[in-house]
This record gives sequence, structure tokens and C-alpha cells, in this order.
Amino acid sequence: MIRFTVNRRPVSFDGPDDTPLLWVLRDHLKLTGAKYGCGIGRCGACTVHVGGEATTACTLRVGALDGAEVLTIEGLAGPQGDLHPVQQAWLDEDVPQCGYCQPGQIMAAVDLLSRKPVPSDADIERHMSNLCRCGTYVRIRKAIHRAAGLLAGSPS
Amino acid sequence: MSRRRQIDEAVDLGRRRLLIGGLTAGGGFLLGFPAMHWAGDSPEDANGGQIGFFVEIRPDNQVVIGVAQPEIGQGVRTSMPMLVAEELDVEWSSVSIRQMPLGIVKTADGFAWKYGGQGAGGSTSVTDNWTYLREVGATARQMLVQAAANQWKTSPDQCRTEPGWVICDSRGQRASYASLAAAAAALPVPDGKPDLKEASSFRIIGQAAKVMDARAIVTGRAQYGIDTDRPGMRYAVIQRCPFLDGTVVSFDDSEARKVPGVLDVFTIDGPKPGEPYVILASGIAIVATSTWAAMQGREALQIEWDRGPHAQENTPAFWRQAETLLAGTGQVVRTDGDFDASAGTAEQVVTARYRVPFVNHAPMEPQNCFAHVREDGADIIAPTQMPAGASRAVAAVTGLPRENIRVEMTMAGGGFGRRLTNDYVAEAAMISKRIGAPVKLQWSREDDVRHDFYRPSGLHEMKAALDDDGRITAWTQRLASAGKYYRRPNVKPEEQYAPELYVDDFPAGIVENLRVEWFEVQSGVPRGSWRAPAHTANAFVVQSFLDEIAHATGRDPLQMRLEMYGENRDLPYGQHGGPVFNPWRLSRLLKHVAARIDYDRRRPEGRGVGLASHFTFGGYAAHAVEVSVGSRGELNVERIVAAVDCGAVVNPLGVDAQLQGGTIDGLSTALNLEITVRDGQIEQSNFHNYRLLGLKDVPVDFETHILPWGDKPAGMGEIGLPSLAPALTNAIFRASGVRIRALPIGKQLQEAIRA
Ligand code: FES
Ligand code: FES
Repeated sequence: MIRFTVNRRPVSFDGPDDTPLLWVLRDHLKLTGAKYGCGIGRCGACTVHVGGEATTACTLRVGALDGAEVLTIEGLAGPQGDLHPVQQAWLDEDVPQCGYCQPGQIMAAVDLLSRKPVPSDADIERHMSNLCRCGTYVRIRKAIHRAAGLLAGSPS
Repeated sequence: MSRRRQIDEAVDLGRRRLLIGGLTAGGGFLLGFPAMHWAGDSPEDANGGQIGFFVEIRPDNQVVIGVAQPEIGQGVRTSMPMLVAEELDVEWSSVSIRQMPLGIVKTADGFAWKYGGQGAGGSTSVTDNWTYLREVGATARQMLVQAAANQWKTSPDQCRTEPGWVICDSRGQRASYASLAAAAAALPVPDGKPDLKEASSFRIIGQAAKVMDARAIVTGRAQYGIDTDRPGMRYAVIQRCPFLDGTVVSFDDSEARKVPGVLDVFTIDGPKPGEPYVILASGIAIVATSTWAAMQGREALQIEWDRGPHAQENTPAFWRQAETLLAGTGQVVRTDGDFDASAGTAEQVVTARYRVPFVNHAPMEPQNCFAHVREDGADIIAPTQMPAGASRAVAAVTGLPRENIRVEMTMAGGGFGRRLTNDYVAEAAMISKRIGAPVKLQWSREDDVRHDFYRPSGLHEMKAALDDDGRITAWTQRLASAGKYYRRPNVKPEEQYAPELYVDDFPAGIVENLRVEWFEVQSGVPRGSWRAPAHTANAFVVQSFLDEIAHATGRDPLQMRLEMYGENRDLPYGQHGGPVFNPWRLSRLLKHVAARIDYDRRRPEGRGVGLASHFTFGGYAAHAVEVSVGSRGELNVERIVAAVDCGAVVNPLGVDAQLQGGTIDGLSTALNLEITVRDGQIEQSNFHNYRLLGLKDVPVDFETHILPWGDKPAGMGEIGLPSLAPALTNAIFRASGVRIRALPIGKQLQEAIRA
């Protein structure tokens, strides 16, 4: 039995240790915000935070997570449903097309902004490797800059 | 287009005639369609299920608008309700939406649409629904006004509306739509067409509307097909035969069945070689209690494959076959004047060959489908672009009557034409029928890359004859390709060319001696519609060739295009997106992008600007691209300017998104994407060897422009793409002198510069 937290709630899983976190989230915990796109760590659609860092849930065996803190897109907004500044910036810039990659993009962007509160375009290019088949990259870039501004202005 | 073909068995009963008003259980006013014999009505249906859900005004003045089209990221869940809300005259912020399931009704003459045509293909949603959805909104408004007039004992022409309210100035009365709902619902639907607003008084159409689902998307709550979860649901994957048209000889599932959670393993029979595809391939299905268990079970299978009839197929041989064909004579599909005579007397002849590869759709959400097949009917929940096709596919593999098959469309993580075909729906239904339980079939990314209806691949030979002024007097395009109508039922051999060469495309009607010729290349690779279908190939070829002619004759590529496109007039256009094509609208866009990118400025060595423009499905687009090419052939896209004329603009933010997305799709595909075949198997398998473009490869300097035209919109899903590739390769030529004649660009520049 593996015990860890997801979005600040304790959870447990007693299936095979080598089950990727992604499928534990999706099939067992019914948290479907993290998406399956490639299963090999290439697309970022499954990006979640483990211990505060962005990681691809499809390549992470749940067995390695005992005691870990996992944050998914569902846990990003505040308890009252108040959006995280990155989510707000995504709305302001009208980023999504099909939207499928966006939970992963947002989780990656939150991680970037925690390391680089005022990222340059080059920082964004280096860090944001998540794929978007719809080609929303132009607006993603803008939304990250906007989110940086929102975060700078928000008390925390 | 594909969409037309697929709905032709449905009989349009005349939509207006079917509008009826009613009252919902909650006291709202609802305008919709009678349900007739349809068994699958959604719970919102009013009047004991007699009305299919459509537009509802709730007692709290909130408005719910049904969306019949499938959302694949093209924005219909935002743009379609805008059309209704405009004429209904409500606050856009009060509007929410409800995705409607497939609505087909059985009539004596076959199946009819219940809500109007439902499908996402050929960029048709906004053009097909432009008048119809506004009329629906206007009719509802008219009924609300009539209800108010009755209440105030005045005539409707004494009343006007403000968003959500009916007002009678002379009597000093106002009433909310909600308060009038019950009275409006009791009125007969008025005969005749309602008056529609002048464009100048639009309040919603033409204004920027953000994506309706954005909040659900950014919080992870948006529901895609892959997110479907139903009680008792099993999970399935299929190991499909990796050989084109191969089959299962035998398999050993003893290890697979030991995987915890695996419930069942059985074969799935694919179509026979050459037969129409209901599903794509033969294989082994694994049913389990979770997705991962099913995937692990698949890993543990031992399968012996029959390599099938295409085991010798290889991409290099495909190109040799195409070259051999071009040495002969093909099917002449258009001929104007006399190409041979004109070419024979020409001052100069320019010729070039171009190659366009197979490509994969790669929607971000791999295929999946929930199916619950019972004795008496079936429930299907799927990300699909063509729900009526899903219903047909399920009927074909289960034998159930279509009226007993309920199809719900979820949001789809992209479509790009892949989900026009419902093979994965048929597979899910086959599995559910076999196990007698609800199941969600999940494709892996590897499944999706290896099993697709790929964009057709072909070799184009272009030839132009020039007079002594460098004017083009004769033009021919000869294409040897594996076309997308391969194995499609009811297509005659002589019609196979039609989706590969659109015979009225530029320069038809402009160059007087024209010949267009097609040759069929044999291949076992499945083919289908890929965003902007053959326009992606033909724009690349034609717009590259124009630059080659300009170069050969010492002319400026922009000036040459402007001259050829000529003055503002309509030319007849018989293919999808017609009936007319006005090449001058391309000139307008070209001049715009050329000015923005400062086309006339001299660039330093290693820098260059390229232009291209194309007409696709009623819309016009142009791209200007600036690149730099380093001394070892390193390519950098420095700047992109894109412009579109899609007629009247419904949602500028949505148009802009599609133009950005189409442009980036064009860039991604031109730079790196190619599907190849080796010994009868697709060589690529996932994003490590099918490398979609990332954010870092999109220039910061990226601008989009919308140049509206007239009073009718054209769809935006596809036009943003075709002209990007040739603008890029034209820029590369100007920067480096290297002419790219084969896509993708890949490492060609480095190789050419090394050579
Ligand atoms: S699904 Fe995890 S990186 Fe693609
Ligand atoms: S929005 Fe569709 S994949 Fe990114």
C-alpha cells in the first residue's frame, strides 16, 4: 500500500508499484485533469507537481511516491475556486483551443514562475517543452508574461 | 467535401418547419425541434420529450443554447451560440451552452437531422449555420416580443428589445425575457422568415468572445472522451497488426492473462485488403479493470502476424513508382486551350518536381471511445468529428438499428480530420458487444501514430511555358499520388483524383493553356482527410513554383503574383468553398503582409523573406516569413506575418486563434513531419520520432491580421495552414539559394550546404 497526498488530501494505492502516477490519478482517483498524450515523457500533457516540482506523471512509478505531495491541476485554484494567477492569465489571453494540453502547460508554467518570477522569452523557451498540437504557443508565451505580472502584484 | 458525402443519406426536412416552442419543467421558454421517433432525447427535453433541446430562456434570465457541432478546438462552442444570441438579443455573459448528442430521426425517406447537420469537416460550421442559427434566435425573440405585446395590449411593432428585455416606450413598460417565457411558450411559432439585424447593429457578432469552455479547461474540469467514466465500465486496448493489412496467425495470451486486472483477450478481425475500412486493422483486444492493466496485458502478449500483402512496401519504392508513373500518361482531369502547342512555341520552359510526404494527424488526445452495446441498443460517448458516422459504424458492427444507438460527443483534444473516421468507435462497439459490458477503449500514442488515415503523399511535376515577356502562357501540374479516396465505398475509379487536385484552383481561368493530370500510386497506407486536405500539398507546390518561375525570369515574386491574380472579380470555382474564387483578395492580403514584413528592404547575406498565398474552402490567406540560414545550414525562423480574409468575422479572437494555430501547424509539418514505411510497417511511433513543433521553435516575432470582407463568413479551421510552407521555403531560397522541393525540410539545408 502506497500512501501519499494529492491536492493536500491523503490517498492510498494498493495496485502494482510500477503503475504510472498518471493512471493512478485518472483511473483510480478519478482526477482526470492530467491528460495522457504520449506515455513517454515527451508531450507534457500529464504534467503535475511532485514536491513542488513539475514532472510528467506518465513516467513516474507510483511506487516511488510513498509520502510524496502531489499537486494536480484540480488542486491549483484556491479552496473557494479562486483561480491561480497562471490560470487567470490563461483566461485573460484566451489561450486554449482544444484545451487538451493546457492543464499540463499551466502546471509547467507555474513551476517556471516559481523558479523565475520574471522570465525572459529565452527562459520560457527553455522551460516550456510541453507540446500543443493546436499551436497555442503564441498565447502561452503572452500568458506567462502576464501571469508574472499578476504574481508580482498579488500578495503572497 | 467529406462532410457532404457523409450526410447525404440524411434527408433535410426543412429546418424552419420543425421549430416549435414549449415550456420546460423549470418554467423556461424553449424553442427547439420535435423529437419524432427518436429514442435518445436528452433529459432537458420539454413537452414529454416532444422537443429536442435547443434554446432555453430560464426563469433567472440565463440563456442556454444548444450546440449541435462537435468541438475539436475550432471554437464552435463559442461561435455557434454567438449567432443565436445576437438575434435573440441577450447579454453574451448570460449565455451558457449545452452540447447536444447526435440527433437523427427515422422518417419514411430515411434518416433526417433533428437539429440540423452535425459534423466538423471542411470548415463548414459557420457558413452552414450563419443564416439558420440567426433565424432561430430571431424567431425566439419575435415570440418573446409577441408575448409582451399581447400582455400590454399593443402591437409588436410598438415594442423593441434590449438584451434580455422587451420594452414598449410608448407605454413605459418593460419585461424580462424570463417573465415572458410562459406566455411565449404558448404561442405558435410564427410562419415565414424573421427579419435579421443589419450587420451595423450587431452587438455580439464581430466582438471578441473568449473560449466558452476556458474556465473548465484551465481548472482541469473539461470533459474529453478520455475522461469518460461510467459504472461497471471496463478498460480496453488493442494490439493492432503493425503490418499494413496484416492479420493474426496465432497468439499466446497465457502471460497476458496473469497480469492482475486483465479480464479477457480475444482477436478483432480487420477489413480484408482493398475492402472499405470499418476499422483499420486486425488485432488482439485486451480487456481489463484499468487502462494500465490493459496496457500491461498487451505487453505480455505473444503474437504471430501474417505480414499481409504489403510486406514489401517501402517509402523509397513509393517514390520510384511515382517517378515511373510520371514518365507515362495519366488521367487528364482538366484541360484548357492547348498546353502542348503553347509549350512547343514557348520562349522558355520552367519545370520542377516536388514531393509531399504522408503525415499523421496526431491530435493531442489519442483516440478513445466509450461503448455500451446491449441487446436493444447502444450508448456511445466519443470525441468524434462525425457523430452520424459513429452511429453508422456502430450499426455496421452490431447490427443494431441506428435509431437505437445514442451517440454523445465529448470535447475532443483536437481533430484535424482524424476523427472524421469512426474506426475507433466501431472497435469499442465490437469489444462491448463481445464482452456484454460497457467499455472504454483507449489508444496509446503509438497506436495513433502507427494506425491512421494519413494525409496522402505524392510527387508533383510542374511545367510552365513563358513568352518573351516572361508571362506564363501554359501551365501543367502532373501529380502521382496515393489518394485519400482509397478504399472509400462508392467512389468510381475516375473520381479518385478529385480530392487530390482541385481543378479550379489557381491558376485555372488565368493561364489560358492549362493541363492537370493525375496518376494513382499503389500503396497499402490508409489515407484520409488531414486539415485543409490537398490544399496543403497544392499550395506548397504551386506557390513554390511561382517563385521558381519568378527567379528563372528575373521577376519579383510579389509583383508576378499581383499581376497574375489580376483585378477584383469572381472566377467560377466548382469545388468545396466555391462557387466563386476572387484571386484579387489574395493580392490584398499579400500586399498587407509584404508591407508588414518590409518586403522591399534589402536583407544581409543569409537572410530572406518569402511570401505565399492560398484560397481554401471559401477563405483567403497569405503568409510572409523571414528566415536566416547559417553557414552550416542552420535554419532560424525570425518572423512570421499571417493575414486572413475569411469574409465577415464572427469572433475575431477565434479567427486569430485559428490563424495562429494553422500557421504553427503549417510550420511544424513543413519542418519535421513525415510518415514513412519500411517493409510494410509505419516507421514512426511516438513524439520522439514524430516531432511536433514546440514553443521554442515559434518566433517571438509573430503577428496575425484579419482583413474582413463582405457580409458572409467563411470557416477558419483550415485556411491558416496551406500558405505557410511555401512562404517558408521561398524565404529559405532567398536566404540561401537552396530550393526545398521535398517536405519535410528536415536536414536538407545542412546537406545542401555541405555538398
Ligand atoms: S503523457 Fe506524459 S509526457 Fe506525454
Ligand atoms: S490546445 Fe489543443 S493541444 Fe494545446
